[in-house]
Amino acid sequence: MGDLIDKLIFLGIAAGSLLVIALLHVAYLTYAERKIIGRMQQRLGPNRVGPRGLLQPIADMVKLLTKEDLVPYGVDKPVFYIAPFISLVCAGTGVALIPIWEKFVLSNINVGILFILALSSLSAYGVILSGWASNSRYALLGGLRASAQVISYEIAMSLALLSVVLMAGSLNLMDIVKAQINSPYKIYLIPQIIAFYVFIISAIAECNRVPFDLPEAETELVAGYFVEYSAMRFAIFYLAEYFGMVVMSALAVTCFLGGWIGPFEIPYIPFFWFLIKLYILLFIYIWVRATLPRYRYDQLMGLGWKVLIPVAIINLFLTAVLKLIF
Amino acid sequence: MEELLNELKEKFSSVIVEIQEKDYPTLICKRTGFLDLIKYLKDEKGFKYLIDLCGVDYLNYKQKKFEERFEVVYHLYNLDSKILIRLKVRIPEDDCWQHSVTPLFMTANYFERECYDMFGISFKGHPDLRRILMPDDWEGHPLRKDYPVYLEEEQEWKTYKEFIQKVKK
Amino acid sequence: MATYLEINKKQINEEKWEEPFYINMGPQHPSTHGVLRLFLELEGETIVNCTPIIGYLHRGVEKLGETLNYNQAIVLSDRLDYIASAANNTAFALAFEKLMGLEVPRRAKLLRTIVCEMARICNHLLWLATHALDIGAMTVFLYCFRDREWLLNIYEKICGARLTHSYVRVGGVRQDFTQEIIDELYKFTEEFPPRIYDYETLIDVNRIWLKRTKGIAVVPPEDAINLGLTGPCLRGSGIAYDVRKFRPYDAYGEVDFVVPTGKNGDTYDRYRVRMEELRQSNFIIRQCLDKLPETQGEPVLAENAPDLLMPEKVKEPKPQPVPKKGVIFRGVEKPIVPVGEAFASIESPKGELAVYVVSDGSNKPWRLRIRTPSFVHISAIPYMAKNHMVADLIAIIGTLDIVLGDSDR
Repeated sequence: MGDLIDKLIFLGIAAGSLLVIALLHVAYLTYAERKIIGRMQQRLGPNRVGPRGLLQPIADMVKLLTKEDLVPYGVDKPVFYIAPFISLVCAGTGVALIPIWEKFVLSNINVGILFILALSSLSAYGVILSGWASNSRYALLGGLRASAQVISYEIAMSLALLSVVLMAGSLNLMDIVKAQINSPYKIYLIPQIIAFYVFIISAIAECNRVPFDLPEAETELVAGYFVEYSAMRFAIFYLAEYFGMVVMSALAVTCFLGGWIGPFEIPYIPFFWFLIKLYILLFIYIWVRATLPRYRYDQLMGLGWKVLIPVAIINLFLTAVLKLIF
Repeated sequence: MEELLNELKEKFSSVIVEIQEKDYPTLICKRTGFLDLIKYLKDEKGFKYLIDLCGVDYLNYKQKKFEERFEVVYHLYNLDSKILIRLKVRIPEDDCWQHSVTPLFMTANYFERECYDMFGISFKGHPDLRRILMPDDWEGHPLRKDYPVYLEEEQEWKTYKEFIQKVKK
Repeated sequence: MATYLEINKKQINEEKWEEPFYINMGPQHPSTHGVLRLFLELEGETIVNCTPIIGYLHRGVEKLGETLNYNQAIVLSDRLDYIASAANNTAFALAFEKLMGLEVPRRAKLLRTIVCEMARICNHLLWLATHALDIGAMTVFLYCFRDREWLLNIYEKICGARLTHSYVRVGGVRQDFTQEIIDELYKFTEEFPPRIYDYETLIDVNRIWLKRTKGIAVVPPEDAINLGLTGPCLRGSGIAYDVRKFRPYDAYGEVDFVVPTGKNGDTYDRYRVRMEELRQSNFIIRQCLDKLPETQGEPVLAENAPDLLMPEKVKEPKPQPVPKKGVIFRGVEKPIVPVGEAFASIESPKGELAVYVVSDGSNKPWRLRIRTPSFVHISAIPYMAKNHMVADLIAIIGTLDIVLGDSDR
């Protein structure tokens, strides 16, 4: 009994600290995005609040918390209130499964990848419910588009991950990283480069980022499915999007880039290489946003169904054949 | 250009009242038979481009030599021979309508709506004649000479006043 | 036919969805450049019908023009197409000069040409910035504005205002260029072509851009003429109609430049036409700057150009055969401006801007009619948007280059 309580306390502290660190990462990811995009466009990003603008996310949070919470006329109140939380929870829970270094993973479920994929499917609920409950045509159009997009690109993502699972032989994320370390390539990027590209493109589409951000395009549907949300609820949607980015990047690092291994060991910081790889992938997200224009909706769906899914299937087939031969 | 004008004068002598030579050749036409003239110019002579269609109000014009109040002015251009001609049709005040050239030129749609909105000249054969620049329930035709430049307090737009009252409550 | 407002109310009250889906892209919208309201009838994502509703920015410029005298009316013209206001000023000045029979000195013509071409570059940069921003490429927006700032600073040195210039007057221009302005313009013409190349590398061969703009809103040439499209929209369909070549005005007869045309008449061709025009405008400014030293010392305003405050009445004495003592001579009123009418059109950056003015001899116009390109282009939106998707509509509005101040006057 005491053992159980000890375990629970340890788990609670670990979960709490991981949540705080993840939230800080997400908040400063928004700051980093604005700074990096600003530099790419030949201007400074935010640099007023705090030294070099470092307190900008905190200022944003305070502003969003103290704004008036408008609930428009004719909405479906319970659904309207719950929808942002569904998005946030489904996006954020994935952080608990990622192995950050060899001895730390918050919950070592045996079907880790399947759980994360299931969570991303559930996040489609948040989108469609918020679009429908807002009692506005723009929100409805945006919600329908976003849910269709999320569902289509999930299939491509799952097929890409399946190739990794086939090579590693297990759905457990810890085992996948260990299998990478033991394999001759060290990281699964080298044999699975096609799957890596498919995964990155689908991950960008899953999080509704440019070039796939038509459902929330500012210039076309005026922020799509969360147009009627204000203040705290808008902050929750915003956080959910960046949380999704972090979780997808962490998943890519775990499955394709080797998790926590690096060329040389740093004595007191075992999660150093994980964080470096994570930051590189997040930089790629931001870089793509600054550069590319936006896909039209039918071209987006065409890309998902006609290009990515066949490529992922062919990759899976090739992996299976090669694994059979060798 | 001389042959063109002579040819038009012979062929449409009942429609054309006068040909003036100002900065561009100006043909003053009657309202009846006007559609045939424009159709001939567009199809046979190649004046495919309608640059402008507007109305002019000649109330109290000191040098006026005719008795109708309004005039509708058309500017047509030929892209091959680079000739610009101007057609004018005189419209009396009490019989205020004109034939619509929308079946021939798609641009004339918005131009004629604006002419109707600003002067009150209605166009027969126009698919969708309603106000374009002023609000839909405006009264009066602003560009007429007897319409004031600045409106008095009582003459302002009713819908706006009602809206202000509703908001104040 | 029930109006759209009634149908909308009926749908909300009765919850019936058999009729097609109506959506209103209202007057306030981030990507309709100005207050343009589009009433769309959608079926799924495809547009079945699209009705533009304008008039939200109607300021009565034509009516106001009848209350101001000719030189004051130039100020009204600035606010029409507020992005390239030098072009509007030129149109008014040309029409008034034709009416009054003024001859503009050559130096003034060269200066006017330079200012008009600078306005064309400003306008096309803004067009590229907003078009790319609507389609999603944010970086092009900021790069274009950086160059536009440079030009606006030069404008401030020329006439003191960044946006509404009123530099071109009836009879010439307001004041001469200083040497500093000429040096700065030389520097600009040197450094601008590599920057055009920069913008092109960002979006020209980008697959996403090509997919969003190729094949969208194709307008065949006969329909383009019939719809009244002018400027780059017409030239994208293959017809090389440019008022600068067909009815030359100012110094355009002296400089040589190429009028770019497209082949297919889709959005991509119109984009390429405008990018080529940027290069040609740069070249024209260069040539005019090279010709300026020849006309050094000439006046920049015609001698018989009207003053800013034109007199209300001008009388000349009636001829008397024998002068009588003690009798007050009355005069005969003579017209200040010749009675008649004039029509002048220019190639503004958006299309063909035409001014038709009727005068009755006094110092105010009797009728001032402005034919603006944006008005006509908005009437072409229903034709171009048929069977396209909502996302394409944004690209269509961007490619037609509409400014609501221009269309509503």
